[in-house]
Amino acid sequence: MLFLIIKRILLGFITLFIVSLITFVGTEVLPGDACTTYLEREAYGAALEACYKRLGLDIPAYERYLSWAYNVIQGDFGYSLSGQMPINEVLGPRIKNSMVLASAAIIIGIPLALILGIITALWRDKLPDLAISTITIFAMTIPEFISATLLILIVAIWLQWLPGIVIVPTDVTFFELLPNIILPVIAIAMIMTAHMARMVRSSVIQVMASDYIQMAILKGVPYWKMVFKHVLPNALLPAINVVALTIAWLLGGVVVTEVVFNYPGLGRLVIESISNRDLPTVQALAIILASIYVSINLIADLLTLALNPRLKSLQIRK
Amino acid sequence: MSDIIQKVKNLSIGFRSKKGEEILILRNISTNIKKGETVGIVGESGSGKSTLALAMMGYVKQGLYTIDGECLFESSNLLKKNNRELEKIRGRKIAMIPQNAGQSLTPNLKIGYQIDEALRLHTNLKNIDRDKRISELLKKVRLPSPETIALRYPHELSGGQQQRVAVAMALAGNPELLLLDEPTTGLDVTTQAHVLELLNFIAKDTGTSMVYVSHDLGAIAQVSDRIIVMYSGEIVLEGPSRSILKKPIHPYTYGLLKSIPKLSLAGLPDSMPGSQPQPGSILKGCSFFSRCNIGEDKCKNNSPELEYISDLKTSVRCFNYKSLKNKDDISSSISRNEAIINEKEILNLTNVSISYAKQKLIDQIFNKTVDTNPTVKDINININKGETIALVGESGSGKSTILKSIAGLLKTKDGKIRFEKDRDLSSNLKQRKPNDLRAIQLIFQNPDESLNPNHNVEEILSQPLKLYFGLSGKELNKNIIELLEKVRLGEFYMSRYPRQLSGGEKQRVAVARAFAAKPDIILCDEVTSALDVSVQAAVLNLLQKLKDDFGTTYIFVSHDLAVVRAISDRVAVLYQGRLCEIGPSKNVYQFPSHPYTEVLLGAVLEPDPDIKPKLVAEDIVEEKPPEQGCSFQGRCSRILGEKCKKETPPWQITKSGNAIKCHINVNDLEKLQS
Amino acid sequence: MDIDKISEEEQKNSLSKVLEVLKTMASKPSGFIGLFILVFHVVLASVSPFLAPYDYKAIDPTLMLQAPSSEYWFGTDSLGRDVFTRTIMGGRTALTITFFGSLIALLWGGLLGIFCGLVGGKIDDVVMRIVDAFLSIPWILAMLLIVSLLGTSTEVLIPALGFFYGKGIVRVARAATHDVIAKDFIVSARARGHSNMSIIWNEIIPNVRDAILVEGAMRWSWMLLGFSSLSFLGFGVSPPTPDWGLMISNARGLMSFAYWAVIAPVVGLSSLIIGINLTADAFAKALGIDRSTKAPV
Repeated sequence: MLFLIIKRILLGFITLFIVSLITFVGTEVLPGDACTTYLEREAYGAALEACYKRLGLDIPAYERYLSWAYNVIQGDFGYSLSGQMPINEVLGPRIKNSMVLASAAIIIGIPLALILGIITALWRDKLPDLAISTITIFAMTIPEFISATLLILIVAIWLQWLPGIVIVPTDVTFFELLPNIILPVIAIAMIMTAHMARMVRSSVIQVMASDYIQMAILKGVPYWKMVFKHVLPNALLPAINVVALTIAWLLGGVVVTEVVFNYPGLGRLVIESISNRDLPTVQALAIILASIYVSINLIADLLTLALNPRLKSLQIRK
Repeated sequence: MSDIIQKVKNLSIGFRSKKGEEILILRNISTNIKKGETVGIVGESGSGKSTLALAMMGYVKQGLYTIDGECLFESSNLLKKNNRELEKIRGRKIAMIPQNAGQSLTPNLKIGYQIDEALRLHTNLKNIDRDKRISELLKKVRLPSPETIALRYPHELSGGQQQRVAVAMALAGNPELLLLDEPTTGLDVTTQAHVLELLNFIAKDTGTSMVYVSHDLGAIAQVSDRIIVMYSGEIVLEGPSRSILKKPIHPYTYGLLKSIPKLSLAGLPDSMPGSQPQPGSILKGCSFFSRCNIGEDKCKNNSPELEYISDLKTSVRCFNYKSLKNKDDISSSISRNEAIINEKEILNLTNVSISYAKQKLIDQIFNKTVDTNPTVKDINININKGETIALVGESGSGKSTILKSIAGLLKTKDGKIRFEKDRDLSSNLKQRKPNDLRAIQLIFQNPDESLNPNHNVEEILSQPLKLYFGLSGKELNKNIIELLEKVRLGEFYMSRYPRQLSGGEKQRVAVARAFAAKPDIILCDEVTSALDVSVQAAVLNLLQKLKDDFGTTYIFVSHDLAVVRAISDRVAVLYQGRLCEIGPSKNVYQFPSHPYTEVLLGAVLEPDPDIKPKLVAEDIVEEKPPEQGCSFQGRCSRILGEKCKKETPPWQITKSGNAIKCHINVNDLEKLQS
Repeated sequence: MDIDKISEEEQKNSLSKVLEVLKTMASKPSGFIGLFILVFHVVLASVSPFLAPYDYKAIDPTLMLQAPSSEYWFGTDSLGRDVFTRTIMGGRTALTITFFGSLIALLWGGLLGIFCGLVGGKIDDVVMRIVDAFLSIPWILAMLLIVSLLGTSTEVLIPALGFFYGKGIVRVARAATHDVIAKDFIVSARARGHSNMSIIWNEIIPNVRDAILVEGAMRWSWMLLGFSSLSFLGFGVSPPTPDWGLMISNARGLMSFAYWAVIAPVVGLSSLIIGINLTADAFAKALGIDRSTKAPV
């Protein structure tokens, strides 16, 4: 067991290492370096040299990578060109804000998806399934920027119930932030819930068709007891990994949603730093977002390991 | 009337096809199950036997629905009851033992919990009493150390153990009626015999009525008092076990019994033409008409009713049953041409060992062998041109592994495989010459998997012809038609896809593909196991015919000892990847000498109520061969002691001419066995 | 003569198979609606330049933000351009780019996936690890970076989208290949001594084709979603080319008093994505593949 956990964690680190290589090589290979890209037309003379010095671009690439990687491991992402301050200071409050947004969406999304998925599976092809499934197809396919725009149009402009655009400084307290995040959370949670509900549905349907469920029925197990004891544990276990992948993938949608609502999180920072051609910040963002992705998958892996009797007994025998 | 426990009345179950037609799976079934009796329901796949058993619990599979009739239990119709009411009957009054216990036990729940659940639902026992009862039940089904088994998960048990757990779970509610749906299918021969013996014991011990559903007349014969034969959704024959098996007065049952290979009988079984019609395809007349050889004109348009024959206490659905009443030749077979063994060696295996263990990189570099205990070890067999040699053994005996390495799919670890004395086949596929590849062809167990579903028959057969002989155009076409003729399929099969063929037809195409290469040796890997019995006999006869025509050598792997008896000239018995006994078929079957051969043959079930299996050894499942000594030491009832555990047994020749690998002196062995 | 007849028959077979699949797809209401919407959009995109009542880039400050009228059916936008004209033409770029992007994704993802599934072992491990690493960089960050450094031309967008959306196809193709190579008909072909190329071509591809095609159809709808997001953020097509994502983004700030400029492109884009999605769903069901268990990666 311990060996398996260590192996998974190591694999996660290898992935992150490759990601750092990709981003580093990527920004190297694409035309222009950090300084010429950032300074654009003013990229000559003293300004350029000063920039080179600051970023250490005058030393060979592999040395730069090593010292950059060394600093990143110690938690120092370098210096933001557009913000004119250490990247860590730029990132701090942004990460907090995005975390609030994403976790709110996940906290609402997962239980909702479970309930909807189970209902649609148990009432398969009946009215509740048809109704909910139709809604999930819409929620799943419509891009976040459209649903967010429509939410603003309807709830904020026509009904005037909630603020449409978030106009708060980056470092507000949690309670000041709260009314502002309701709409963005709905926008993110909608697509996330729809995806997960569909997966839960098909997983439950698959298990319901298995021999052991037929056996449970023939054994006289009451319906709801069978659902909770025999169906759900077996249906939800394989869904964990897929759900994790979905959540990680949908983090991309958070970027768009943050832009629509003008929300001061990591997503908007992505757009800002790319618009400002601030390559060091972009690199830092790539590593951070990739680590989030890797950790979500790691958590899912470990959760599956912990809950699956097959894997548990595997190591008891050894 | 009071001794009837379940009454099925005019039951019809069916489904609606895509076109909206009503298609019947069960057609007007009526029968009674009496208290304390065991009824066997036998039929081929698709005959509706499982649907009938499930209906007896008030359960109809999704997609199917009851069209007419009722299943009366305690004088109320189960098919009309709602789920709440059924929950009180299922598991308590009527319990089910499923076909594949491995898949029928919920994977995330411990064995103990699953039995406890049944106890909580269906008994009033208190917590402590339930724990005691779980142990009792597990002991009753003869599971070793019940306390630890209860704490295990289903996947941690062997197939036989899982099946026993399913039996224990069914017994938990003290049911009055037990339904068993193919409970021993998929188990090894010896395990199967043990489970059946257990079921017989339970029937006697508890007095429960049983309905035993199976395709295997051998198993049915061992347990049932009464037999119901089903064909195409109808009962065609019903009566006391003995009269059904000894005097099968329905042509289907008669043909079925003749098509089962029997251990006591050398030679090939008689085959039945055709295959069971698809549900819904028979609209009028007798459903067996197309395969019947005593049919008349009236059978074509009139369907016979079930008729009670009082002297045999049997009901039969046939106009012409009288013509079978006096026939007395079910125990006969087609004698097989003895192979013309011209003593010319075609294949030779010397000290072959095969290992699945992967070599580590370091060991590869230093050329070290790490695996001292390979899956298959010390195999020495020489095969003569034109003979049929069979490799038999239970799962894990290494028989398929040996076949794979002859085909070049697995590399041997040690030893030599030589073809026609001078051609070395120990290398893997890539190094073999095209002509050596052509000379050895494979036929697989399951034609569903061995034929590419995206190719039609023409494409399937043209592959070897193009590859080995470079044929194209008219020549290719001509050859394909010839091949189809050889396996008795018409030219029009060329454009068909595998999904449009029946199981038997698919296997014929697979046979044709193997013969397309004009091979010297054909490796047959359980080629009849996936087929229905009546189809199996036809395929066996076809293989024998082709062999007579072309002088091909067969290496035949099977777990079914009766099939091997029918087709093989020589038999090699394997246990845990080691040879136990080898010799001419008739000698091995008549005078089994090695203790394992004795166990194996003793466990075979015959469709004859007078032949009971002999259970000699325990059916323990071993996962790995022992590091040293005799491979069978763990289960041998005649074990001598330390010698068997430490030293590899020597080869000895018995009086009847078999070679056995055993420490016990052949003369002593003979005395012990007589 | 004989051979000609056979090949003719084969052609007929493959054509009739396509027709059969289409028929199965259209037999269910959701599949029919999906196909209908998709065909409608494709037809509209190809004929819209001839239908457009106005010039899509004609700016007229006097006509700013006109409400819908008989003259301007969907009103005008903040630059006085006709919203109806721009809406019916707004799908052209998105459809073309994502269609070819999906083809590229299908090609490289399918080939690499089959290769990995086939060789297995260490090479497979390494390749999948790298694919996984690419997967863990959010697609939007990578796309934005590429586009901002290389520009928003079609030659950049198509391969970039194709590359990033091919990763999921690699996984599907690999898994499908894995399943197939364990089957006895592959073992049989290997034992006969067919070359690897012949096995891939004759035995493997026909059996993994359906799974890969379904995955490709699904990718298409997601790629459209991704591409519109890029457009919306200002990193997709460049103005004044009409594009739904860009139109929504431009009209969004003024929607408190000119909602029509938002609604029209919203309906256009949503209906197309739903149309492709329903079609992909029906396609999967017609080929007997369950796609709802898969993550959108």
